[in-house]
Amino acid sequence: MRFETTIGLEIHVELSTASKMFCGCSALFGGEPNTHTCPGCLGHPGSLPVTNRQAVAYGIMLALALNCEIAPRSIFHRKNYFYPDMPKNYQISQYDVPLSSGGSLEIDMGDYIRRVGITRVHLEEDTGKSIHVGESGRIHGADFSLEDFNRAGIPLAEIVTEPHLKSPEEARVFLQSLRSIIIYLGISDCKMEEGSLRCDANISISADERIGTKVEVKNMNSFKSLYRALVFEEERQRSLLQEGKTIVQETRHWDESNGVAIPMRTKEEAFDYRYFPEPDLVPLELDPTWVEEIRKKIPELPAAKLERFQSQYSLPQDVAMVLVGEEEMADFFERSADSKASPVEIGKWMVGDISAILNEKGISIKEAPISPQMLGELVLLLEERTISSKMAKEVLLEVFETGKSPRSIVEEKNLLQITDEKELEKIIDEVMAENSKAVDDFRSGKEQALKFLIGNVMKKTRGKANPSLVSDMVRRKLSS
Amino acid sequence: MDFKNKLIRKSALELAKLIATGELSAEEVTSAFLERIEEAEPRLHAFINLFPDFAFEEVSRMEARFQKDGENTPFAGVPVAVKDDLSTKELLTTCGSKMLENFVPVYDATVVKKVKDAGVVLLGKTNMDEFAAGSSTETSYFGPTMNPWDTSRVPGGSSGGSAAAVASYEVPWAIGSDTGGSIRQPASFCGIVGMKPTYGLVSRYGLTAFASSLDQVGPMARNVKDCAAMLGVIAGHDSLDGTSIQVEIPGYSGMLGGNVKGVKVGVVKELAGESIEAGVLDLFNRSLDLLEGLGACVEEVSLPSLKYALSVYSIIASAEASSNLARYDGVRYGFRTDEPVEDVWEMYAKTRAEGFGMEVKRRIMLGTYVLSAGHYDQYYSKAQMIRTLIAEDFSSAWEKCDLLVSPTSPTTAFQLGEKLVDPLKMYMADMCTIPVNLAGIPAISIPCGLSDGLPVGFQIMGPPLGELKVLDVAYAMEGAIGFEEKTAEKVLPS
Amino acid sequence: MAISEEEVEHIAKLSAFFLSDEEKKVFAKQLSEVLDCADVISEVDTSNVKPTSYITNLVNVLREDEVKPSLSIEEVMKNAPHVYEGVFKVPRII
Ligand SMILES: [Zn+2]
Repeated sequence: MRFETTIGLEIHVELSTASKMFCGCSALFGGEPNTHTCPGCLGHPGSLPVTNRQAVAYGIMLALALNCEIAPRSIFHRKNYFYPDMPKNYQISQYDVPLSSGGSLEIDMGDYIRRVGITRVHLEEDTGKSIHVGESGRIHGADFSLEDFNRAGIPLAEIVTEPHLKSPEEARVFLQSLRSIIIYLGISDCKMEEGSLRCDANISISADERIGTKVEVKNMNSFKSLYRALVFEEERQRSLLQEGKTIVQETRHWDESNGVAIPMRTKEEAFDYRYFPEPDLVPLELDPTWVEEIRKKIPELPAAKLERFQSQYSLPQDVAMVLVGEEEMADFFERSADSKASPVEIGKWMVGDISAILNEKGISIKEAPISPQMLGELVLLLEERTISSKMAKEVLLEVFETGKSPRSIVEEKNLLQITDEKELEKIIDEVMAENSKAVDDFRSGKEQALKFLIGNVMKKTRGKANPSLVSDMVRRKLSS
Repeated sequence: MDFKNKLIRKSALELAKLIATGELSAEEVTSAFLERIEEAEPRLHAFINLFPDFAFEEVSRMEARFQKDGENTPFAGVPVAVKDDLSTKELLTTCGSKMLENFVPVYDATVVKKVKDAGVVLLGKTNMDEFAAGSSTETSYFGPTMNPWDTSRVPGGSSGGSAAAVASYEVPWAIGSDTGGSIRQPASFCGIVGMKPTYGLVSRYGLTAFASSLDQVGPMARNVKDCAAMLGVIAGHDSLDGTSIQVEIPGYSGMLGGNVKGVKVGVVKELAGESIEAGVLDLFNRSLDLLEGLGACVEEVSLPSLKYALSVYSIIASAEASSNLARYDGVRYGFRTDEPVEDVWEMYAKTRAEGFGMEVKRRIMLGTYVLSAGHYDQYYSKAQMIRTLIAEDFSSAWEKCDLLVSPTSPTTAFQLGEKLVDPLKMYMADMCTIPVNLAGIPAISIPCGLSDGLPVGFQIMGPPLGELKVLDVAYAMEGAIGFEEKTAEKVLPS
Repeated sequence: MAISEEEVEHIAKLSAFFLSDEEKKVFAKQLSEVLDCADVISEVDTSNVKPTSYITNLVNVLREDEVKPSLSIEEVMKNAPHVYEGVFKVPRII
């Protein structure tokens, strides 16, 4: 049997406005419990919501970046359900008249492009957070829970995709591409571990034309866990179908530590959210000129940048992709490529040694002590053959240690490569005199001896000699 | 007549003047009304909580401010009573519910803030139907309020406490809220003036929501001019209320001329028919004659969709209420059950079962039902469409009429307990006032006489933002009817 | 139309409160009566009628993205029924 996998995603992004969606409390992450709350955040009697203009602007920007149509009129609804982290026991959200709909995003899978339909992008408010107290530290088996409403009311954009994704890998790439776009737009920090980017997935498997039974998977808090959860679900459903069993429509909770998606215990009552238009908030009828102003503010997005990096800087695709994947890296690259050094070399250094050091130190390029000018300088030193590539690596580490410029490090440590042939000749003569046996060995046909002699020259120059130049000169001398 | 009894008979505007000129001190005024309250409360129970200490503190704060900035405290020292569904910082705000018996708000409603800024002194919070769900003030967790005209009868509701306090001279004026008639119907039952302004004219920030698309705060007083003056204090745009409208507020009370000549008045056929008690209808018709005598052109108009207003209202109001009242769950504030519970869901269920009264539960149930899967289109959505038709009926009426009139309530004040057992009968008490809330327009109730010794209210409705016209005609009629003397005779000790 | 006690129970669950058997009976009867009355609206032809959710003509009421001071923690917790280490405490969720 051949099985087809169908995946749709629902992504929530916390928008990085200064204040919350419907009140003036700070929207910053964290803080002592309940210190970012007001009568509105606590659902006190008589409190009223007033919509944050910036949150709407960010929502529009995201919708435009995902090629959505902005609705000329949209409204907010109340989604009614009881939960202790809900201060009003309803969530203000958009329902059947959302901000935008009908968009798409193309993702690059390497050997093919997948076009994923975006059903809608809409706005809503976040809920508070329950902290479970008890030995388990989790919701199951907790003795009691504590409620922190700092997060309640932080603006969220919800992105719903069409079920166009065909594999867990596509889902992962989609989410990464989306994250990258959102970071480019500067409307969210998209930190999955802090919950500012959250993703739920719907997955179904079918062996024929019909769409299979949809299972919802929740609680994936990294790209890897999204991928793992979907692979788990795909295999679980596939083997059920192979055994001729049916799949139950349900919601499953991804348990990262055990690597399983377990069914969420549901109350016998099916959810009935009783949506109705939020009477406290009048409709949004967006002025097209405002929408156009926002459109103009959209920066160059990753896909366009990727193309440009390849054409403008002749970067190989894999290098360009890594750089474009993170806006900070792309910016760093462009500023560095402003120097006289070769952009291709700069790119290679960035995705190679620099990324490795950043990873090891667990910092971002922005936090690193190296500046784009320094990297340009380093690559130029290398290209001028002022230093060897081995030295360049050492200099780079030194830059990360001290924050000093490569040229000053090289000068300070007297690392300038000896390219003066006269000076080198002197040293080579010395080495040959000191190692006459090796000289004889070479002359009697032992190639090995050459390496030994070069090694000694390098040792004497403390690595400052250009190895290929030394090799040429030694060979010349020996054969003369 | 002793000093106190003379003082409390003064209108709010008179008091303001006497205090401003130094003929009366704010302390004297506050003491006199507190004394009157002490005397009348055992019979009436108009207040849930009184704050005499706070009132005297306010007086000294206010006096200091008045010395510096008299211009901006036009009503310095005039006492007021505020319905207990308006948030008052540091002062208990119960909404007539066990759920909020001990709830102390952390902020002032915009209306309360405006009242304080004008120098008005809050004496206490008035009784009301629990969360404003009711038309008689009998559903209050703290027990009913009695009608000052006949203490075996209800004062109307849900702003029955405010109405009774004003009618019995416990305060010169008060603030209420009106979702389906909750200011006008008790004003009618207690023989005072009560006004529901245009939706959005007065801020709802700090008003405990019952039905958000219908709720509006408004003034209650013993005469039209005081009512207009209080409207002037509380009206105006508020950035904290997203449904607040931006409009210039005229100095209502100073602009009343009582000019009725040539005003086209439409009598709403659907609200003046056989469902109106004979005594009420008789007084209503006599008031129409009086209006004509003052020079108005009176004619009958029909707004056919009003036939459905009561049904539409009960669906929309309860739907919104079911959602608005969901926040009372025992987590962040308010009552929580003392019973042992297994989990949070049981805590909710017990807390809400014990904390809410029957009428509130009934409305939450109805609202939940009409919004729930499978019933939304049949009830909620349909009701919203008919609401459109009702609003359109009013719009066409404004093409022919300047104002519309009807009795305020089909009956006079009924006996305590009489309708409590039959929700449908109770809902009928608001049949004439409900259409106004559905259309979002302003309306006033003024007393137009006594039927069997009980006050009857006359309702004047205006187009959106037509407050001034409504008040002006009410002012003219008031002058011709001369009702207030009757109240004093009946209610005050001679 | 009659509402059954089961329906009443379902609605009470969605509304998050317990009802006694007595209350279920009363509510079943009363809600049926009220809805019977309300059913009169079904006779109105509302094809081509837009629903009214907002009675004002206001649109786009937006505020600037400015941070206002939040409440002090004393004010936040002032009315809390149950508190644990300064935070709202609720019974276990599952
Ligand atoms: Zn807040």
